[in-house]
Amino acid sequence: MMRVGIVRFPGSNCDADCARAVREGLGQEALFLWHKTHSLEGADVVLLPGGFSYGDHLRAGAIARFSPIMQEVVDFARAGGPVIGICNGFQILCEAHLLPGALIRNRGIRFRHRDVHLRVERTDTVFTRACCGGQVLRMPIAHGEGQFVADVETLAELEADGRVVFRYVDESGCAAASANPNGSQNDIAGICNGAGNVVGLMPHPERAVSDLLGCKDGLPLFRSLLAAVPEAVAS
Amino acid sequence: MTTVTQSPADHTRTRITPAVVAEHGLSVSEFDQIVGILGREPTIEELGIFSAMWSEHCGYKNSRPLLKTLPVEGPRLVQGPGENAGVIDAGDGWGVAFKVESHNHPSAVEPYQGAATGVGGILRDVFTMGARPVAVLDSLRFGSLDSPRSRFLMDGVVRGIGDYGNCVGVPTVGGETVFDPVYEKNPLVNAMCIGVLRLDRLVRGRADGVGNPVMAVGARTGRDGIHGATFASADLDEGSDRRPQVQVGDPFTEKLLLEATLELIDRDLLVGIQDMGAAGLTSSAAEMAARSGSGIDIDVDRLPVRESGMTAYEMLLSESQERMLLVARPERVDEVTAVLGRWELQAAVIGHVTDDGLFRVRRGAEVVAEIPVEPLVDSCPTYVRDGVEDPAIAELRTNDLSALAHLETDDEATEVLLALLDSPSIASRAWIYEQYDASVQTNTAAGPGSDAAVLRLGDTERGIAAAIDGNGRYVYLAPRTGARIAVCEAARNVACSGARPVAITNCLNFGNPLGAAVYYQLSEAVAGIGEACRALGTPVSGGNVSLYNETPSGPIYPTPVIGMVGVIESIDQRVPSAFRGQDDVILLVGETREEIGGSEYLAVIHDRVAGTPPAIDLDEAARLVEFLVAGAAANLFRSAHDCSDGGMAIALAEAAIGADGGARSIAVELESRCSPAAALFGESQNRVLLSADPARVDAIGDLCVAHGLTWQRIGTVGPVGGNWRCSIGERTIDLPVDDLRRVFERALPRRMEDMAGLNA
Repeated sequence: MMRVGIVRFPGSNCDADCARAVREGLGQEALFLWHKTHSLEGADVVLLPGGFSYGDHLRAGAIARFSPIMQEVVDFARAGGPVIGICNGFQILCEAHLLPGALIRNRGIRFRHRDVHLRVERTDTVFTRACCGGQVLRMPIAHGEGQFVADVETLAELEADGRVVFRYVDESGCAAASANPNGSQNDIAGICNGAGNVVGLMPHPERAVSDLLGCKDGLPLFRSLLAAVPEAVAS
Repeated sequence: MTTVTQSPADHTRTRITPAVVAEHGLSVSEFDQIVGILGREPTIEELGIFSAMWSEHCGYKNSRPLLKTLPVEGPRLVQGPGENAGVIDAGDGWGVAFKVESHNHPSAVEPYQGAATGVGGILRDVFTMGARPVAVLDSLRFGSLDSPRSRFLMDGVVRGIGDYGNCVGVPTVGGETVFDPVYEKNPLVNAMCIGVLRLDRLVRGRADGVGNPVMAVGARTGRDGIHGATFASADLDEGSDRRPQVQVGDPFTEKLLLEATLELIDRDLLVGIQDMGAAGLTSSAAEMAARSGSGIDIDVDRLPVRESGMTAYEMLLSESQERMLLVARPERVDEVTAVLGRWELQAAVIGHVTDDGLFRVRRGAEVVAEIPVEPLVDSCPTYVRDGVEDPAIAELRTNDLSALAHLETDDEATEVLLALLDSPSIASRAWIYEQYDASVQTNTAAGPGSDAAVLRLGDTERGIAAAIDGNGRYVYLAPRTGARIAVCEAARNVACSGARPVAITNCLNFGNPLGAAVYYQLSEAVAGIGEACRALGTPVSGGNVSLYNETPSGPIYPTPVIGMVGVIESIDQRVPSAFRGQDDVILLVGETREEIGGSEYLAVIHDRVAGTPPAIDLDEAARLVEFLVAGAAANLFRSAHDCSDGGMAIALAEAAIGADGGARSIAVELESRCSPAAALFGESQNRVLLSADPARVDAIGDLCVAHGLTWQRIGTVGPVGGNWRCSIGERTIDLPVDDLRRVFERALPRRMEDMAGLNA
């Protein structure tokens, strides 16, 4: 059984949704990790969920990165453990320098909740192994600060290294200005680190795991985790 | 009750003069009653306490006799009015707690914080019952968007609702927004929250158990919002600065308070808990003691404050947000404190429960207030006034509107349709609801844009459906009819989703009840709500009264808003509002009459608010609900959409524009003896637009007949794109459905483009 450790910060609000997706969508074990502890409790995968950790005070994710458990998360990531950050979790990963760049206020200023389409750009990361290259997935975004930005060198490096994992596209999988909901550079919706074991994305795959929710396109991402830790799944 | 044995210290610092009494919104006779209750003159603190508790907002002094006529019992109603929220039994041990509340006056002054704290307050009302908030709906009224002030207000209100609910992580799943110049200076912001709980975990706002500790938890107390309840119970006058009476919200603290409260309840550490909402510490303490028939003794010096030099008066009446008053089990105080500490929240024991029936407030050794609880909470003077209809409004009902019902050509009919789709009261609400997180908590099976929101209920097969509705124009023209329609429309919306309507919560937004014309509207509307609720078997679980919605330019339209909650036995049987697929048959249930009075058509096209609103047959409304629930359970419908504002043509346009896969063409032919305007845009009640697999049409027809309803097959759904062609009565409208969609979708964004660069 794979154990997915979901970190709860004060203000996390997608923690229970992620646990439900892991348990019901994947049939695997989800456990909550309290931000003030120093143990990952044997988790095979660490997931930083969405929400408003510390009320987004200062900047989204800026305070959460100093939570005690983040030291263990950083060590776990450096050792090659799978770490996923969704929405606020992505913001925290950037603040913690596990991923480059930053997420700033949406281009349109306003918070936006809507379905978007993502194109999977890379299928050798821990979160996309069960996807096909170029596959188009539909799932919701819900954020006010999701505009991905990076300096010129970093952006060029990300592109050159193929570390852009997801891009906002239209329904047919093509780039379009109207398909980019927040003004992210290069339509970037999600990126990974050099080794592909740390992935952050703004959209919410945990909200797209059943017909009742209108779409199951988030499931392949969670299934990818099974392939990332085969020994845990088998045991 | 014990007698007052200890007289509060002599307060010479503020003399209780007639002017001071009047500033507190109390009449001479009310003051005399207070002196009678106390057996002496009140202290300034006591005067403040009475002023808040006997305000309309807390004491319902003008509405209570009317509200007593409402039906408040039903087989599934677990908790009716008088608690923080009502609760229904949803089956399998699950309960649904829900309530609506207004934040109109604060939102008129400071729209962002006014709306945000409105959401915060209603969330707390629900989670203090032990229920996890799972959804918010809102009902909004603004002036015309042609007015910069109205655009400013809408922008602020929508951001306020969104920022608060989004941060706490409670999805905003539905609502309604209506625009009319009458709300220009007095917008309405009504927020409804729905929560779910295990019924064996239901907690009430009670102060039981002599000696039990009383604790203040959550945010510290500041000077904000002092006398908010009294502010909400007076007209909005111009010129005076009311901003200090608006509170500031912190959704992050709310989220912590939510999690901590539910954990305390789950671990059975509490006796009772209540939000320190309107009238803050005063009302929460007094109401908790009143429900238990106990007394409460607090020392305000022990209350955590965030500014120095606060007086007892200020601490008692502060409406600082995100605070709770709780009564704990004495041996578990340390555990309570530890749970709160884990969530980084303050907790302080500020007093204890007594058996003397007194609300006693100390400041250290000094007693500054000592009031018998029962008369403070339950003897708020109530007034039954003589209501008289404004003859000018009665006159409006008799206006001959027949000359306005002609649409001479198909082109004219087409122009009217496009103008109505462009009307902010009808157009797509996406500009609003895209600013709200509607899918967090992953329960939302049907969200904004549907007739009713549908949510899954815990880990059961069941679903909860909810809708919120009101039509101020109808109620203005004919209060009793308009109020009946609001209840029936809310029920129809819930039933269209396949759910059985179970109970309502209501928010009564009216003008100043001291005027005979407003009192008439209030009394008639309450009567209409009661009649409709009885006919539909949906009792009132609680609600809120917001009077004094009046500015120097006059009162708002009387606007009772109805929040209806229903239960669907299997969420897989839910029915969407919009058309689904090609070759589905379109059916109309119900009859269209020559009714254009009070319609959106008259208001938008002819700038007239006149005539008699459509008739509503309550027995038929109940049969229509039964039909919809039965049809959904038998899986007969592909879609069901209520026919309301803008009439049949708008209902057909909405169902086509929102169709699966993109806007779909339709072909409709419907004979009618009505005038063109009534046939296309009249708002006859008890009509529903269905689509169905052709093989199910006969079964639907049989079900209609069995329920005594008329029905007809009126057309078919076509492919995505193509033309929307409707031949209704004498007129035919035929144009690309994408033309309709563009107008519908652009109406709000294009009007809001100038909002402070806040658009993409």
